[in-house]
Amino acid sequence: MVTAITDRQQLAYIAGQAADARVNVEIETEGMTLNMGPQHPATHGTLRIVAKLDGEQVIEAAPIMGYMHRGYEKLTEVRSYPQVTTLINRIDWLGSFANEVPFILAAEKLMEVEAPPRAQWIRTVLFELSRISNVMLFLGDMGVQLGALTPVFFAFRDREHVLNQIESVTGGRFHPNFDRIGGLKDDLPKGWIEDTKAVMEKVRTFCDEMEDLIMGNEIFEARTRGIGVIPADVALSYGMSGANLRASGVDWDLRRDRPVGLAWDEVDWKVWTHPDGDSFARYWVRLQETREASRIVDQLLDGIPAGPIMAKVPRIIKVPAGEAYVATENPLGQMGYYVVSKGDLVPFRVKIRSASFNNISIVPWVMKGVYVPDVITILASLYFILGDIDR
Amino acid sequence: MSSSLLAIDLAYWQVTTIKVIIVLSFIPLSALILGYVFLLKMMSHMQSRLGPMEAGPHGVLQLVADGVKFIQKEDIFPDKADRFVFAIAPLVVVLSTFLLFVVVPAGPDIYVESLDTGIFFALAVSSLSVVGILMAGWASANKYSLMGGLRAAGQLIAYELPLVLAVVGVVIQAGTLNLQGIVAAQANGSMFGFDFLGNPFIITQFIGFAIFLIAVQAELTQTPFDMPVAESEIVGGYQVEYTGFRFLFFFIGEFGTAFAFAAIAATLFLGGWWLPGFDLDSNFLNVLGPLVLFAKVMLVAFFIFWFRFTYPRFREDQLQKFAWKFLIPLALLNIAATGILKVAF
Repeated sequence: MVTAITDRQQLAYIAGQAADARVNVEIETEGMTLNMGPQHPATHGTLRIVAKLDGEQVIEAAPIMGYMHRGYEKLTEVRSYPQVTTLINRIDWLGSFANEVPFILAAEKLMEVEAPPRAQWIRTVLFELSRISNVMLFLGDMGVQLGALTPVFFAFRDREHVLNQIESVTGGRFHPNFDRIGGLKDDLPKGWIEDTKAVMEKVRTFCDEMEDLIMGNEIFEARTRGIGVIPADVALSYGMSGANLRASGVDWDLRRDRPVGLAWDEVDWKVWTHPDGDSFARYWVRLQETREASRIVDQLLDGIPAGPIMAKVPRIIKVPAGEAYVATENPLGQMGYYVVSKGDLVPFRVKIRSASFNNISIVPWVMKGVYVPDVITILASLYFILGDIDR
Repeated sequence: MSSSLLAIDLAYWQVTTIKVIIVLSFIPLSALILGYVFLLKMMSHMQSRLGPMEAGPHGVLQLVADGVKFIQKEDIFPDKADRFVFAIAPLVVVLSTFLLFVVVPAGPDIYVESLDTGIFFALAVSSLSVVGILMAGWASANKYSLMGGLRAAGQLIAYELPLVLAVVGVVIQAGTLNLQGIVAAQANGSMFGFDFLGNPFIITQFIGFAIFLIAVQAELTQTPFDMPVAESEIVGGYQVEYTGFRFLFFFIGEFGTAFAFAAIAATLFLGGWWLPGFDLDSNFLNVLGPLVLFAKVMLVAFFIFWFRFTYPRFREDQLQKFAWKFLIPLALLNIAATGILKVAF
């Protein structure tokens, strides 16, 4: 499968090099190694990209990660199941509630508990809210990486409303720690549903603004169209997921294809894909997904069933021996927890599969022969959170 | 005129010293005005930013706070920097701004120097900033700085050409290179038979005006042509190693040049200091002229900064293509059309 990939960019680059070499033997320049990062404004954290340059063209780029490795998989082995959620919502810190869900679902699967319908619906609403708050930042940040400063201020301004809604339910803006095995910590506060609907309206307005301000801009199109093209087969072979995969034309969304204990299949929504696989497609897909997520939230809010928010679970949670893998479609892509239990208070082993790690493993492949500014475009469009790479 | 100031006879060196001091003090003043009105006020309203509104009523003290911040910073030289070149580079950039201001007239008798080759001189000295930027980029001993400096050199040289060619149309129409002469030519023209309205060249030279504004953006290394300082790619480019006061010099150079170019654009295309309804050499215009010119400068600067806040950044190759394949042919066409029309009418 992997050998069948036609490495088009690389071949084109080599051909170009050969042609250049024939003409400009005397003015051939020395290669330059440029370290981008670990502290670089475009890497959103401590990612380092070692790029070998010929002038402004990248010959080779390798991401070097691990500067902020936090050992989460190991730390979970000394924490009881309820305590683990306080840790894991820090993995992707911009969509933190969404991180908690797959682990809780895996634990519930092992315990053979199911959260009551009301809890599931509220979970789904919060999941989508954290998706919106996460992707809104991307929509503004992409502009910054390309040199337009205004969108990110709009993004921060409007994202505040979404975070306020998350905060008024969970008490936390960044680290809600709200999910429990068997349900949720609390019920929704009064008037929350109406407020959230008003906020969803604002989110859609924000998406319209971004469409006008960024996607309608000729320079943005010139900078992103055809830049960092990832064909579907390459994307699949590198294990990419989420909007990055859908932007390569692969119609794959775990919310629809493998629904797990949440309420997505109760409402009417659509998976957006784009055939181009370039940076523009990745922006476009995420913009559509944000709109779609606000529609999902609106529909879910209309139909939240009444009832309890906690199932009957023992006060001291002991998970029966066994193993379970649950993955959900997180804001950045597929996030899965493989939990092995030996019947103790603590997990025996937890393997975390987070989206960003796989999504940026494409970097060495996609960055051959691009220009230095394109490195930034591609990094921005792949949209990773450093915490999601270094766990 | 050159030896008398306010009807007092002075020696040449005294007049020159006074002129130098006035222009030197005007550079930071113009940078402050543009920085306050556009960089802080207009930007914070456009971008919904709250920060620049906090210091003082409606944020009027923000620039003072920024100034204090810049002054108290440590003056750092990188280890392997070429110290002399590193230190002098910001001064070279500001020098180019200084020389630009020399030829801009603000009234019938208010000017530093009325050169017969005025606009030619202005365009020539504006390219001095390239040298300063290259010096800064090279002397910093930093790869980002070097890339920024080289990008700046490529960009500024490429955009000199459309800048010059955009002005040629005006020069053909006015029949002089002298900026005072260009103002007079616009004041004495007539529009639709109304003599008192004058004929600001923007009406006939709108293509030239557009090209001039675009090229000015590139000369100022501003968005969408801010590749040399692209903070998300090369972390500030040639400025990356500069701290405190030396960085402030680049900042003043950039905004002072923006003011100077806006003034030149206002003079070339909008009629300069001349106000319809006045005689060209009436003494009123010595008082009103600077205000009229200032209003026109702010109008042009508004456009310059509007682009800055709205657009993403071009890439190196796209930028060169835009200059060579689009702007320069367009400017040449404009010159040809102007020449034909000038001969025909």
